[in-house]
This record gives sequence, C-alpha cells and structure tokens, in this order.
Amino acid sequence: MNVAAFTMFLGIVLVTLLITYWASKRTGNASEFYTAGSGLTGWQNGLAIAGDYMSAASFLGIAGSIALAGFDGFFYSIGFLVAYLVVLYLVAEPLRNLGKYTLADMLAARFDTKKIRGFAAFNTLSISIFYMIAQLVGAGALIKLLLGIEYTTSVLIVGTLMTVYVIFGGMHATSWVQIVKALLLMAGTFIISVIVLAKFNFSIPYMFEYMSTATPLKETFLNPGVKYTEGLDTLSLTMGLVLGTAGLPHILVRFFTVKDAKAARSSVVVATWIIGAFYVMTIFLGFGAAAFVGTTDIVAANAAGNMAAPLLAQALGGNMLFAFVSAVAFATILAVVAGLVLTGASAFAHDFYNEILRKGKAGEKEQVKMARYASIGVSVISILLALVAQNLNVAFLVSLAFAVAASANLPVILYTIYWKKFNTNGAISAMVVGLISSVGLVIISPNVFSPDGSAILTGEALFPLTTPGLVSIPLGFIAGYLGTILSRQKVDEAKFDEILVKSNTGMDTIHR
Amino acid sequence: MGEKSPNYKEDSSRTNYTAIVQSADFQKLMHVKKRFIIPLTLFFLIFYFALPLLTSYSTVLNASFYGSITWAWVFAFAQFIMTWALCMIYSKKAGEFDRLTDRILQMRKGGTSQ
Repeated sequence: MNVAAFTMFLGIVLVTLLITYWASKRTGNASEFYTAGSGLTGWQNGLAIAGDYMSAASFLGIAGSIALAGFDGFFYSIGFLVAYLVVLYLVAEPLRNLGKYTLADMLAARFDTKKIRGFAAFNTLSISIFYMIAQLVGAGALIKLLLGIEYTTSVLIVGTLMTVYVIFGGMHATSWVQIVKALLLMAGTFIISVIVLAKFNFSIPYMFEYMSTATPLKETFLNPGVKYTEGLDTLSLTMGLVLGTAGLPHILVRFFTVKDAKAARSSVVVATWIIGAFYVMTIFLGFGAAAFVGTTDIVAANAAGNMAAPLLAQALGGNMLFAFVSAVAFATILAVVAGLVLTGASAFAHDFYNEILRKGKAGEKEQVKMARYASIGVSVISILLALVAQNLNVAFLVSLAFAVAASANLPVILYTIYWKKFNTNGAISAMVVGLISSVGLVIISPNVFSPDGSAILTGEALFPLTTPGLVSIPLGFIAGYLGTILSRQKVDEAKFDEILVKSNTGMDTIHR
Repeated sequence: MGEKSPNYKEDSSRTNYTAIVQSADFQKLMHVKKRFIIPLTLFFLIFYFALPLLTSYSTVLNASFYGSITWAWVFAFAQFIMTWALCMIYSKKAGEFDRLTDRILQMRKGGTSQ
C-alpha cells in the first residue's frame, strides 16, 4: 500500500463529499437537480466542461499512446480539441436557446412527439452507458495498480462515490467536482510538463532531436503511420473524434447550466483554451514517458500504455509526485462518471418518466425523487456491466461512444436546427440508422472479432475498420435526408419559423 | 413614429414568429450568420481533415521543418492555433449577432405595448 497515494485519494474523496454536502442544500427542485438552476457563469461552466471532457482516457490513454506510438497518439488530442469548433459554430447557442434539461428537450421543441423523445433518450442512455463502462473498467484497473485494492472493490468504491455525488448534489455537486478536477488535472499536467521541458533544457528542437533516437522506433516515432497504417482507418477515427463531441449528451447538457446563449458561447471559449492547453501538454507527457520511463517499463505496467503518466511522475518526482498524479487520475475518473450518471438519469427521469409517462405533469418533488431513483438505477447497471467486462478490452468503447454520438445524435441535431423540410420521419430514421449502423459495425469489426483470439471473439471481422464513423456518420445524415423526403408529411413552415426565431434569439424560451 | 410597424403578436399570448422571421432585422441576422458560419465551418473542416489525409496518403509532412521537427508536427500544432484563433474570431463576430438579436427582442416588446 502506497501511504502517500492513499492519503491523497482520501483527500479527494473528502473534498468531493464536502462539495456534495454543500450542494445537497441547494438541490430542491428539478431545475437545480438537472442544471444547477442554470446559474453557472461562463467561466465556471467552461472549467466544468473541461472537467467533464478530459477523461481518464485522455489523461492516461493519450499520454500512453503518444509514449508508445509517437505522432499517431497525438491524433486523439487534435480531434478532441478541434471538435469544439463544431460545438461553438453550429450547436452550443441554438441548443441553449431551445433546450431545457436534456438533448431530447431540444428536439421536442420542434417535434413534440413521444417517439422522438423516446428515441433521443434511448440514444443518450446508450452513449452514456458505453462511455461509463469504459471509465469504470479503467478506474478499477487503475486503482488496483495504484493502491493494490481488488478490481471489484475499486469499481464499487468509484460507483458508490459517483452515485452519492449525483443523488445528493445533482448538477451542483457534479459541476463543482468537475471544476475542482479540471484545476487539479491542469496543475498536475503542468508540473510534469515543466519538469520534462527542464530535462530538455527548455528546448523544443532538442527534445525532438532526443526523441528521434530515444525509443525503439527511432526516427519513425516522430512520423505518422506507426499505429494507424490504413488510411481509411485513420480517417474514420479522426472523423468520429471531430464530429462526436457535438453529439455527446453529457457534454451537451452542460450548456443548460448557464443562463443564456452568450454564456453558453463563453463557456465553450473558456473550455477550448483549457482543453487545448491540456492537449498540447500531452506531447510532453508522452515524450517524457517514452524518454524517462522507457517503452519496456510502460508496456510491462500496462500493455495499452495507461500507466505512462503515473510512471513518468514517479520517475521525475518520486513517490510524492506519483501519489499526486495518481490522485488526479482518480479525481478525473470521478468527475467524468458523475457527469455520465447525471446525464443518463436525466434522460430516464425527465424524458421517459416525466415527459412520456406522466405527460409532463409530475410535480417538482416527484421529479427530483424520480431523478434520484434513476441515478441509482443507471449507476447499478453500469457497475454490474463494468464488473462483467473486467477482462475484456473495452478501450474501444470510448471511440464507440463518440461514433454513436456523431452518427445518431449529430445529424438529427443539425437538421432540427437548420433544415426547414426536416420532419419526424427523418428524425427517427436518422437516430435509428445512426445508432444501429454504428453499434452494428463495431460488433462485426476487428475490436470484437480477431482471427488470433486477441479480441472478444475469435474469427474474421466482416467490417475492416476499427471505428465505424466513416460509414455510420454519413449513413445517419443520409437516413435523415431520405426519411424526410420520402415521407409525405407536409412541411410545417410556421413551426420552422418558430424554431428559427427561438434558436437564434432565445425569444420565449430564455427571454420572455 | 410615422410608419406602421408590423404586428409581432397575434394576440396577447402568442408570438407571430413568421412576422419576426420576415422582419428586416431578422433577415439581416440570418444573412450575417450564414455568411460567417458556413465559410468558416468549411474552412476548419478542410483544414482538419487535410492532416490525416496528408499523413495517410503522402509523406510530404515527414520532411524536416527544423532539425528533427517535421512538418507533420507543425501542421498538428497549427490545428491548435487554428482552433484558438477561430474561437476568438467567433467571439468577436458574435458581438454583431448579439446587437441584432437585442434589436429583434426589443422589437417584439415594442409590438406588445401597442
């Protein structure tokens, strides 16, 4: 047992529980529970978005990928960041102006049918649970490595904490846990980066010079093509990354925590600066780990490279820095899973229960009660799935979540805001085809089937690409288009005028 | 005021959205937004996809920029600069959207007071 790491983990738990206690006193009605009463400032929400977004997959996964595959690992960093331009330019402001608590609210502003709300809520639940399984399996493995606590116990600890934050503190607690985590993660990453740079005499050219001979890959480490050798695979991955964020429900709901479109805009700008700075520093983490820990030791600790960042901290700053960085990774996981639980629960309690079953008539107390039950339900399901998936390689689930978000959510979001002729038939086609094609293609992909048994099942993959985006994203858009023009529904021009005015000005939704 | 302003409220409670959409201010807002958002969105998507396309189907970016730093890294870092720059450009331009939006919201209020 590492005493310093254990103490810092306890510190994180204590701080987050204090936040939850403070938040619990403000979480009385549905709006406080789901959106923190829309009372966050752009700065606060920008930090929270960064905290919600920079997952363990980013911190541990990208550092490891860059350490092991050089330039190819950096593709993730670029895609994850540029994605915010799609959010800023096309989605954030209209979404804030049209929606209330969930993504389905925004679609329902235009098409008020239970079917659309139901499909949208189902997609939100699927994406959030895929994402959460990946995070929980990663968390279990990480805590086992860092503290020597058994996998099952580790998953239960993380699972219990995330449930506690959400049921008692709702969006207030979730947001502030994410803000604290974002600050800790930036601090940890910055400290390591400065030490790494100091080792290279603060000379970037020298760092690159050094890296061209430091790893077994020699100069190819600095060139693209180590990990992604198929052009179509690279394109599919990069497309899923850049278009996925604007369809990720747990990111989109964050825009409802600010008061209006202007604040939504400034939150994206703040988030983009922070997330960009973080992803630039992933170069130093990856290079540093490759140079000062070494490929052999990184792979020995974890074949995918997930331990690269903590090991680098140990190599640079001894046990204290190792403990701090491990605690930061722990906080990172907690903040992300809390956001996912809340998002999944709001799709269930707000969309399915209140809007569909109770036809929007549930009282405030009933809504909050149901949201709490739903949070427990979503947590329990995710924890059970994570326990079952312990020995599976689930790293692909994060890119699957991005692909489903880009294929099933983004087309319907964009058409709803921007396309006059779009109708319910098109909306349902887009969501169903996007979901089925992205999940279906992954099931028949090399992630699941491999001839040598290194994946989940043994056999030949029918679909050659490791991510489905290149096919499933266009399919989602095409399905929305064909579903619309092939149906005989008349274009409701007055309704689109209403959406156009509301989405551009917030009239009657925010500005009454 | 001499000219007759259009009626933006059908009755006391419902907003006449079609009248607002047809108003000069709203048309201006749509025009300004389209002329800004569409070209810049196309630009950043092309700029972004150019990187994986170039790294996958050519080796031009493997050439040295300075010492061991290749053009691939320069282009990759340029994606960051591009993202931050487009963020700031959007924020600046959005001031114009906000002024038009405020006018539209004001106009609706004017409509109710008659």
